[in-house]
Amino acid sequence: MIETTVKIINKAGLHTRPAATIVKIASKYKSEFFISKDGLHINGKSIIGVMTLAAEMGSELHLSFEGVDEQQMNNEICGYIQGGFDEL
Amino acid sequence: MKGLKEILKHSANYLTGIAAAPGLTIGNAYVFAKEVLQINNSEITEVDEAVTLFHEALEKSQKELRKIFGFAKEKMGEARAAIFEAHLMILDDPVLIGNITERIKKEKKFPEFIVDDEISKYQQLMFGASEHYMKERALDIEDIKNRIIRNLQKKRWQSKIPLEAIVVSGNLTPADTILFIKSSAVGYITDHGGLTSHAAIIARSLNLPAVVGTHNASEKIIDGDLLVIDGFHGIVFINPDEHQIKYFTEKIKHLFEINEELQGLKDKPAETLDGRKINLLANVDVSGEIDLVITKGAKGIGLFRTEQIIEEIGEFPDEEEQVKIYSKLADRIYPESITIRAFDIGGDKVRQFDLQEANPFLGLRGVRLLLENESLFRIQIRAVLRASIHKNVNFMIPMVSTLQEIKKTKLLIDECKAELHNEKIPFDKHLKVGIMIEVPSAAVMSREYAAEVDFLSIGTNDLIQYLMAVDRGNDYVSDLYQEFHPSVIRTLSHIVIEGKKSKVMVSICGEMAADTLAVPLLVGLGLDSLSVSPSAIPSVKRTIRALDYSKAKKLAEECLNLSSEEEIIKTIEKFFKDNLIQRTRNIL
Repeated sequence: MIETTVKIINKAGLHTRPAATIVKIASKYKSEFFISKDGLHINGKSIIGVMTLAAEMGSELHLSFEGVDEQQMNNEICGYIQGGFDEL
Repeated sequence: MKGLKEILKHSANYLTGIAAAPGLTIGNAYVFAKEVLQINNSEITEVDEAVTLFHEALEKSQKELRKIFGFAKEKMGEARAAIFEAHLMILDDPVLIGNITERIKKEKKFPEFIVDDEISKYQQLMFGASEHYMKERALDIEDIKNRIIRNLQKKRWQSKIPLEAIVVSGNLTPADTILFIKSSAVGYITDHGGLTSHAAIIARSLNLPAVVGTHNASEKIIDGDLLVIDGFHGIVFINPDEHQIKYFTEKIKHLFEINEELQGLKDKPAETLDGRKINLLANVDVSGEIDLVITKGAKGIGLFRTEQIIEEIGEFPDEEEQVKIYSKLADRIYPESITIRAFDIGGDKVRQFDLQEANPFLGLRGVRLLLENESLFRIQIRAVLRASIHKNVNFMIPMVSTLQEIKKTKLLIDECKAELHNEKIPFDKHLKVGIMIEVPSAAVMSREYAAEVDFLSIGTNDLIQYLMAVDRGNDYVSDLYQEFHPSVIRTLSHIVIEGKKSKVMVSICGEMAADTLAVPLLVGLGLDSLSVSPSAIPSVKRTIRALDYSKAKKLAEECLNLSSEEEIIKTIEKFFKDNLIQRTRNIL
């Protein structure tokens, strides 16, 4: 299992479009993927789940990946979030 | 004819709200109450059948939403329709669907009960969040939940929406708003929402009157009530009496005649009797208004307020999205040109920046904020450059107060040009860059600042507020907001004279230019172009065509020697009378 903490760097926070993109990326992989924030623990492959996260700029998300392709999955998703959702 | 004020004084059967889209209409109310779905929580025996039913309902919902998505894309553009894509994904959410299926099997209850219960859990979490947009998100999800439940109950939804009704509702989700376009609604009234709510945007782009933020219209109005919407003043009359009907019928007739007459001016130039041509342009808030711009006969777009895109889609548009929006507008208006204003945002305007400022109007606004958030600014500059390939795009910088800001911005533009050049992406190398003159320091320094740019555009709303040190939204002092105060007129004159010393075009894009009373004065002061809301174009054009530039110049000179707003207004009114110029605004 890989665990990573990432910071949201976008001004607009984790809004609907990047939420959808994260889920789309996650769906390509076989591994399990969970996101925790402020006591909320949600499945990263669930769009409705990710949409319940109110993640403003500067807030931290704890990600965990577990499965055969956990390394690549971690790289791609963390890269997307740390890269500012390709918006910066 | 009695005035509206007189009518209001003797009436009690009206509501007030925000005038979200101009126009007048009389029609019957269709009160769109969200159908309260009855949820059956009985036990079931045929579990497999229930699961199949659930999956069928999902499929049906997807089909419906895809149709709406397509329609929305066509009417509103891709960026604003993007919200539906996330909604479609919810109908495909493996975790949500897995949980619901699992619970149907385990709890052996009606699927509609499980769907309601499961999705409501997420909504509770969203409602519990302190961020305002999370509540909106929860309301949007309500739409999905009800859609699935309705399909489970195999009910048709709102099958009998009357045609050409005035829609009255608490608030409207994006999907609702689309639904009413299809039934050719003639006006919108909502309890909540502001100028950028879905209903307001759609109404403006379809040229229908709308009053939003009435607080309780959906309670006060009953299905079938006769209503008058006055979208100019933000007033709704409920079951108007004979006199009120007569008043508004006459007004509508009058408005229609004037529109007909003004329509005749569409292809005529905005030129004074003695041949001075004025560039008459349109201010555009949302891309949907472009059709109105074209039908009203503007010579281009003098101000496109890009911050409205953020309001509409609820986030900062990325580079590709911006390129799409700007290019589409530039293409539609070609061969005329469009002036795109950089995001004019401040702590008070856009929620993404949760700044705590004691004086937001004197704080991090406009170019100040953009230079603080360089990456955001760069994205916009690149998008504007990329949309400029047909050489009909200008770029305008808001809230400039120092020379340094202009120089920094120009440097950024040069860097972006170099980037695009290296990436072999085409753009207009000679993109015209201008600044807004709306801060007194910039007004005073007009000549020096103009020397750095291609054009100046005066934003009267802010300029007057800063000049008079008055917040016009503050009732205690709003009467100090004086468009015709001598200091305002003298400042405008100074900007024009100084700007011309640096040989740049000087235009005006504030609300003042839309007031026909101001038109002779502005023309007389020597402004090259006026940019006003599309609906004001015909009346401004008519005024320009009815006056002599030489006389307007004398009028301006006279006004520059007066010392009170009262005297100036009297002098201009006399000018209208002496020269037999009609004022269309009086009828509204």
